[in-house]
Amino acid sequence: MTERQVFGPSFGEMVLRAQGLACGRGGVVLAEALNFVVASGRCLLLRGPNGAGKSTLLLTLAGIVSPLAGGSVLEGTDEDAGPQLHYCGHRNALKPRLSVLENLDFWAALNGPTGMAAPDALDRVGLGHIAGLDAGYLSAGQGRRLALARLLVSVRPLWLLDEPTAALDVEGHALVTELIDAHLDRGGLVVAATHDPITLPDLTRMQTLAMGRAR
Amino acid sequence: MTGFLAVIGRELHLALRGGGDVLTLVLFFVIIGVVVPFAVGPDQALLARLAPGVVWIAAFLAMLLGLDRLFRADNEDGTLILLRQADLPFAAIVAAKVMAHWLVSALPLIVASPMLAVLLAMDLEAFGRTVLSLLVGTPALAAFGAVGAAITVSIRRGGLIAPVLIAPLCVPVLIFGVGAIATGPGPDQSGPALLFLAALSLMALALAPFAAAFAITSGED
Repeated sequence: MTERQVFGPSFGEMVLRAQGLACGRGGVVLAEALNFVVASGRCLLLRGPNGAGKSTLLLTLAGIVSPLAGGSVLEGTDEDAGPQLHYCGHRNALKPRLSVLENLDFWAALNGPTGMAAPDALDRVGLGHIAGLDAGYLSAGQGRRLALARLLVSVRPLWLLDEPTAALDVEGHALVTELIDAHLDRGGLVVAATHDPITLPDLTRMQTLAMGRAR
Repeated sequence: MTGFLAVIGRELHLALRGGGDVLTLVLFFVIIGVVVPFAVGPDQALLARLAPGVVWIAAFLAMLLGLDRLFRADNEDGTLILLRQADLPFAAIVAAKVMAHWLVSALPLIVASPMLAVLLAMDLEAFGRTVLSLLVGTPALAAFGAVGAAITVSIRRGGLIAPVLIAPLCVPVLIFGVGAIATGPGPDQSGPALLFLAALSLMALALAPFAAAFAITSGED
């Protein structure tokens, strides 16, 4: 078992650096020669049309898909300390037959209960009142909120978010913005692919990467 | 360790709250035992001689039946990707899933095996050996099955390919599993057969999680 890195109130200085990164799926190159640097407390937004390779880039950064060329590295972390990132894809990875709280407890046990207690995290994302409900009954937006709660129960510096606001209502959008903002306050890093505009209170923290060919 | 136990606990919860899943396997196992006497005829001596083989075939087929749910549901709802980001090495998670798979698909069969013993006219000694050989041998079936399920998880409707893939691997398990029960003529070789079966199980359990984890990881790419 890997030694878990324990973070204080702040993550310290970290930099996500991608150099000459090319990614694609099934032999098709979707994006190439990507160079970007994301420092602690910064959020990188990936913009681009459908099929521009935003999701593939996130999977590549997460290490699920291997890059076709180049590479990316998260500098400033302990090499042996296990995974340093949360990936939040469009599938919410929820199990029906388990309650909302049980779903979250599982991820807390597996990823390390280093963050908020599970009931607090549920309150934070607005699911506190249905903690005992079978997760199979959740609506799409509620499922999304539960998936976001997973990011809160285990502290990891890098968040990779794929369409975090999908299926969420207006308050949900505000919630995502608040969560990202709080994460950046701690010195965390966020890479998010989104079609919805995400506007942080402090615009200097945001940078944008335009992907895909202009049509 | 908490992560390891959390995976096992979750798999057990999911299987037991589904209810039907586990019961289906047990019923399938018993039905094979019910059908064989009708197909072979009511010759008690013949049935008793066939019994070890029939029990192992029934166990093998029932375990194949439950194979597909090992990784497929997790793959479809995105859990499998997240499991790879866990604090625990992915192979350890797969090992936990194999153990849970054994607990929900092999252990109930062993519990239900007295019914087969009655149906197949086994005597008490042969039944004792059967339970022992199932206990020792089914972990190998679960481990080999996990490899097959992992290889086919990225194939849509690959559920039927896994049994074909792992059948050759399972042949030695069946040979020594039956050998550990058989009370035929000639010198008694059930002891060595049981030891060999144990070796097969241990080896399969040690290697399969790594093989299955590798298959899933490279299948996603």
